[in-house]
Amino acid sequence: MNAVTGTMTGSAQDARSLVIRDLVKEYRRGQPVLRGINLTLPGRGMTAIIGPSGTGKSTLIRCINRLVEPTSGQILFMGQNLAQLRGRQLRAARRRIGMVFQEYNLVERLTVMENLLSGRLGYVPVWRAWLRKFPQKDIDRAFELLDAVGLGQYATQRADALSGGQRQRVGIARAIMQEPDLILADEPTSSLDPKTSVEIMDILSALAGERDIPVIVNIHNVELAKRFAQRIVGMTGGKIVYDGPPDGLTDEDLRTIYGGEDWLNDRADG
Amino acid sequence: MTAPTADTAGHRQPFRTNWGGRLAYVALVAYVIYAGSHLGFSWDRFVSGIGNGGHFVARMFPPAWDRWGLLADGMIESLQIAILASFFGVLLSLPVGLLAARNLMPVWVTWPARGIIALCRSFHPIIIAILFVKAVGFGALAGVLALIVGSIGFVGKLFAESIEEISLKQVEAVRATGASFSGVLIMAVQPQVLPRFIGFATYQLDSNLRNSTMVGIVGGGGIGATLFTAYQRFDFDFVLSILIVTVAMIMAAEVLSGWIRKTFQ
Repeated sequence: MNAVTGTMTGSAQDARSLVIRDLVKEYRRGQPVLRGINLTLPGRGMTAIIGPSGTGKSTLIRCINRLVEPTSGQILFMGQNLAQLRGRQLRAARRRIGMVFQEYNLVERLTVMENLLSGRLGYVPVWRAWLRKFPQKDIDRAFELLDAVGLGQYATQRADALSGGQRQRVGIARAIMQEPDLILADEPTSSLDPKTSVEIMDILSALAGERDIPVIVNIHNVELAKRFAQRIVGMTGGKIVYDGPPDGLTDEDLRTIYGGEDWLNDRADG
Repeated sequence: MTAPTADTAGHRQPFRTNWGGRLAYVALVAYVIYAGSHLGFSWDRFVSGIGNGGHFVARMFPPAWDRWGLLADGMIESLQIAILASFFGVLLSLPVGLLAARNLMPVWVTWPARGIIALCRSFHPIIIAILFVKAVGFGALAGVLALIVGSIGFVGKLFAESIEEISLKQVEAVRATGASFSGVLIMAVQPQVLPRFIGFATYQLDSNLRNSTMVGIVGGGGIGATLFTAYQRFDFDFVLSILIVTVAMIMAAEVLSGWIRKTFQ
């Protein structure tokens, strides 16, 4: 599985599909946060997971790259069951899965360039990273990506000098630096204003789309989900209650997902 | 309206009355008075003490510089003790502090590491110096070893605490890239703690400079031995010149370490 290269074409897209079977996560015994998730995602395009806060969306995508340990179930990706990997194999799988975080999670005291290059830590020996002797082709790619997200002149700035929107662009670029076969985005726009949110989703879907990388995004904003995703997964209470195209998502479905109905009436204000 | 109790005029009480805290204050004041009376302090002793002190200070002037060779040798040795002890102490504190950090290490690792730190911290450097003088004999080596132990106790604990205060979000992000543990350490942990580590290391250098002038009193090398001898021979003018140079050296170190801290912010 280490031999898989970044040059993915045609039929290889099927290889990037993700199958989740009977995934259960209990932080405390007897209190499952995920109650048996079954999900098959295609190897391309953007899938949005919507649902109320605390329903396990974050836990679900963190189980995929094992930042959270699943209690039981299978996560099949690129011919491996991610739920059972350990040590070196797990790290090798993680480097093929990029992640974008709600609060950007950049290393604040490092420069923008160093943050991007940290996306190569799964590939580059530690001593090279320590001496900042990254391969020239990684550095070239980092500059290209910075230009692509419109931060070309910020390479040597420290991450903590950037605005929220700029930080999230760096976060996306860092994920792409991994040459991933899958991108997980955990509420990537929740800390941003509405306009910046749309810009960030634009960048995420454009950069992933150009490279044909499938994206799974947790998102609070239903309108954004409908606008950018080709598929919507609705979760409530640790279960999937909707799985289908954005057009098929009715008010009835939203009521099932979020409960109640008063909030639907003034949705236009949001 | 002016009544402070909760029930009058129907006011709700915004803060809970802290009876335990009030009791502690009363107990503290009572103990200070008791301990003072018990130890037999008296005004007469204080007044006569001031007189003795004045006499002693008068004999210090003018400072004597005729034995400057002896002074310089002692000072240089103290400086060497301090620098060597700080270097090795900080170097050893790095792994000890990391192993003691509860957010990165499992309990069965942090517990022994914390034990080592606690052991190193439990004695004053002078007491440790006495042990090392017995073990390796008189001279600078004993002083260096004593201050290394003291440095591990102090800096190791501060290192561990600053590692425990880092943002785990940044660690999580670097882990998610597939980085190994050492990769996480250099790209996510080190950038967050380095400025504070530099700060602690320079404070420790300051502190070791002060302590290195003292370990000589128990035979650990440096200016301390010279100072102690001068006291015992009532060469108070020479004592003063030693003190002046010591103060000057520590102030110079203070300026230097402040400058180092600033550059690494």
